[in-house]
Amino acid sequence: MQLTVKDMTRIFSFSRTNVGSKVVLAATGAVIFLFLIGHMLGNLQIFEGPERLNAYAALLKSTGKLLWGARIMLLVAVTLHIVTAAKVTLANWRARPVGYTCKKNIETSYAARTMIITGPLVFLYVAYHLMMFTLLKTGPEYSETDVYANVVAAFKMPVISGVYIVAMLILGAHLYHGIWSMLQTVGIGNSRYRRLRRTVAPAVAIVIAAGYIAIPVAVLAGIVK
Amino acid sequence: MKLTLKIWRQDGPSQKGGLAAYPMDDVSPDMSFLEVMDMLNEQLIARGERPIAFDHDCREGICGSCGFMISGEAHGPVKLTTTCQLFMRHFRDGDTIIAEPFRSRAFPIIKDLVVDRSALDKIVQAGGFISARTGSAPDANAMLIPKDKADRAMDAAACIGCGACVAVCPNGSAMLFTAAKIGHLGLLPQGQPERRQRALRMVNKMDELGFGACSNHGECEAVCPKGISIDFIACMNRDYMRASATETMEPVKRV
Repeated sequence: MQLTVKDMTRIFSFSRTNVGSKVVLAATGAVIFLFLIGHMLGNLQIFEGPERLNAYAALLKSTGKLLWGARIMLLVAVTLHIVTAAKVTLANWRARPVGYTCKKNIETSYAARTMIITGPLVFLYVAYHLMMFTLLKTGPEYSETDVYANVVAAFKMPVISGVYIVAMLILGAHLYHGIWSMLQTVGIGNSRYRRLRRTVAPAVAIVIAAGYIAIPVAVLAGIVK
Repeated sequence: MKLTLKIWRQDGPSQKGGLAAYPMDDVSPDMSFLEVMDMLNEQLIARGERPIAFDHDCREGICGSCGFMISGEAHGPVKLTTTCQLFMRHFRDGDTIIAEPFRSRAFPIIKDLVVDRSALDKIVQAGGFISARTGSAPDANAMLIPKDKADRAMDAAACIGCGACVAVCPNGSAMLFTAAKIGHLGLLPQGQPERRQRALRMVNKMDELGFGACSNHGECEAVCPKGISIDFIACMNRDYMRASATETMEPVKRV
């Protein structure tokens, strides 16, 4: 299949519409969501001991171009997600220039209303997280090959663990509305599936947040040494 | 019942508005909200003040003319109800009730509680129709439609265009309204030939009029007097995606 200039123009103008923007948010959100699952499963190997986790890290690094492909795809998804979210939010604020004196929330959740706050907070944390282990390697006692030791040394510090746990709770809140929203935006118009989405989406968000949080908790509790 | 009504008063589109308090005695629990407004207006006229402007027509909950925010909820605290069908028995003696107009950039205020909702008509004019020759009514059952399809089309067609969905949406979005209009035609055979063009024309018109985008809060469905489901928004998004991938929008041809 060859993408012509006309197709590109069509995709671009679609992505600028209200529905198109939401589809972009859902699609890029899906890419980030898949990364979160993969990254969590990778991290959880810490419970299988240092050899397993370090071997996994070495395997990732040995894939070379594949790893860079995934990184670039993720970077593009994150950039599009942020730019589109900012654009949609500004347009949404413009759509109600004068607010209400009294307005009740009936169906919407706290997580849904704070997407524009939890999103940037997660981004800030990811920036810090990358600096610690990937870019500047500012983590305590950094070793290139012993990932296991790096993680344990870092999470033994309650401040690092605490920030991590709070960040993952914020991520969980973002996913709580994000997963449901992603499925609804491109979803099947059928109440049967919707009930499923309404229950499965929060459950998945909780599983992801809990999966990540389990690691610092285990380190602090001395289960992982 | 004794009540205090705090009502948004605004002399005209560009004038400054504000809430004014009106204490009311002798309100019967069997009165509708609009009847209380009538009673208040009679008192205001007797005192030589300007009566409060508000929209209403059938007062049977089927026309979509009435509607404002009542203590923070569109059409008030009772589900599946329009303002005209909201009765005072749902309030307690001594309550203070705040009445404000529906607010959205696309719904400019005309006076007091009256807003200009013609933006919704413009969305329908953009594509909410079928270009079929009209004639005498077709024979019953000449066109077979499965019961579940007919039911779902009717669920969408129940939209009375009151604008409550826009009023409560945190983003001032008209997606539920537009989705209902697109949904009811898209489910029936008569709506098929123009289905994709309709999605493009109506959704693009909605964007152009300054309505926001959907963030899937679900507030619209919760206040809709006809209980229209946000499932229709998912359907509309799919129609719009398919149409964007296969067609470019054509202007409506006048015959």
